[in-house]
Amino acid sequence: MTIADPRDTGVQRLPFDLARIRRDFPILKREIAPGVPLVYLDNAATSQKPVQVIAELTRFYRDHNANIHRGVHTLSVESTELYEAARAKVARFINAPKTEEIIFTRNTTESLNLVAHAWARKFLHEGDEVVISEIEHHSNIVPWQMLRDARGIVLRYIPMLPDGTLDLDAARKIIGPRTKLLSITAMSNALGTIVSLEVLVPLAKAQGAVVMVDGAQSVPHLPVDVQALDIDFLAFSAHKMLGPTGIGILWGKMALLDAMDPFLGGGDMILTVNMERSTWADVPAKFEAGTPNVADAIAFGAAIDYLDALGMDAVREHEREITDYALRRLADVPGVSIFGPMDADLRGGVISFELEGVHPHDIGQVLDTRGVAIRTGHHCAQPVMLALNVPATARASFYLYNTTDEVDKLAASLQEVTRFFGGGR
Amino acid sequence: MEDLYREIILDHYRQPRNRHAIESPSCSADGSNPLCGDQVTVAVVVDGDRITEIGFSGQGCSISQASASMMTEYVRGRTVAEARAGVDAFQQMMTTGTVAGLEGFDDIDALVGVAKFPARVKCASLAWKTLEQALNEGGAPVTTPVTTDERNSNG
Repeated sequence: MTIADPRDTGVQRLPFDLARIRRDFPILKREIAPGVPLVYLDNAATSQKPVQVIAELTRFYRDHNANIHRGVHTLSVESTELYEAARAKVARFINAPKTEEIIFTRNTTESLNLVAHAWARKFLHEGDEVVISEIEHHSNIVPWQMLRDARGIVLRYIPMLPDGTLDLDAARKIIGPRTKLLSITAMSNALGTIVSLEVLVPLAKAQGAVVMVDGAQSVPHLPVDVQALDIDFLAFSAHKMLGPTGIGILWGKMALLDAMDPFLGGGDMILTVNMERSTWADVPAKFEAGTPNVADAIAFGAAIDYLDALGMDAVREHEREITDYALRRLADVPGVSIFGPMDADLRGGVISFELEGVHPHDIGQVLDTRGVAIRTGHHCAQPVMLALNVPATARASFYLYNTTDEVDKLAASLQEVTRFFGGGR
Repeated sequence: MEDLYREIILDHYRQPRNRHAIESPSCSADGSNPLCGDQVTVAVVVDGDRITEIGFSGQGCSISQASASMMTEYVRGRTVAEARAGVDAFQQMMTTGTVAGLEGFDDIDALVGVAKFPARVKCASLAWKTLEQALNEGGAPVTTPVTTDERNSNG
């Protein structure tokens, strides 16, 4: 049975059938050692890919492969149409007003850097303030530090509270008349904290600031509507949402994108070139210099079809249930301390924790022998580690194919880790 | 897994040898692996050409801390030249996966299994690289950052 999609996009909604979903992901049948099945809990780093995405990638290379926007021959026309159709799918997925506002990049990091170079370097001046937060991924910190050193802008941080949420009272003082840009994550990759954009965006808008959202963790896991959020830029990556590596998205409001200079110069981004000067192509071509990652963009379109068919509300609800279960289950494991909000309504499917007496690296190594894949380290969020006063954490992160059985395996394996290292510091 | 976490390694992790401060060291160095958060400080007293005292402090995974403990056991009482040869032999063991055969201290051979886990070699090597750095300071009591993290070094 299928259910009509409430957004009326013509997509047929499928019921959330976990067993059927898991059959779509061949890698979930893998064994890490004989008799040790994979339990993949590193989804905040990258997601696994369903057969539909893998098939679309090979179908493109098998049947359509050609360069886009150039030839008049059939394959080039087909490739161009498929590439542009993928762009339209991305636009609809985040409810962008215009398909042309979707720019294909390599990843979230490149999308954030594109704005730092092509928008901020042109429109921000010495003394202007860029506001970020203490829970950002390094990719939403380093570009602004570089801009500060190059342009003399002032970089300000909204601090984190001990429970892993942002200090909104402090934000009300930090965001002010000098704020020209608020660049903020919608969900912490280290703690899973869902950021209160409904509070922060209006604060920035009231000051006339531009708002960019790092959606690397939110777009794969939560329904995201850029118009409802009232934001100006959104950056995210395909590979964390069932798509291939090497494709990222920058969405921006057309007026802002139009006013920006190109990021890279070269083929495909020009209107005319003579020996003296060139004129720029229209958005989005202006920001897509050179042959783009055509095949992966098209395969990303298949990933969006997959998510659309399930519906992001259903994806979020499944992950909320798994996270709620995992929070309770892990809290019962002796020696485990969980960082970040303990309410599954306030966090995505990311749980950072420590195990008393065992370094995260050792936890990860022992769990691997049980087939359980988690991430250990600073998660490219060293300011968060500093605030928590830990060198590193262990992190389990979930996606639409994870089960409560897998959470049980994680919990049981953690008890084995404690037994193994018992007596250590 | 038992290849990596041999009982003797866990013993050094749980009961580290020479984990103490040195009053007036001849030289010392700090080492860290920023990506995994391993951290080791090594301080030695050199009398003539002999290392008469050595101590370490730090925090990190079992491999990094056990290796530091073993390193200090090996080095104490040896000449500086012997200690340097030990550093080379240890690095050789990490590269080739064959036991170093360091004379007079078999415990270290238990770390040979680490060579099969490329992600952990930098953990095991940290204390030894830090010792080498301390000795390179030529007796001056200075502290220089060392890293065995491939993403943060030129090696």
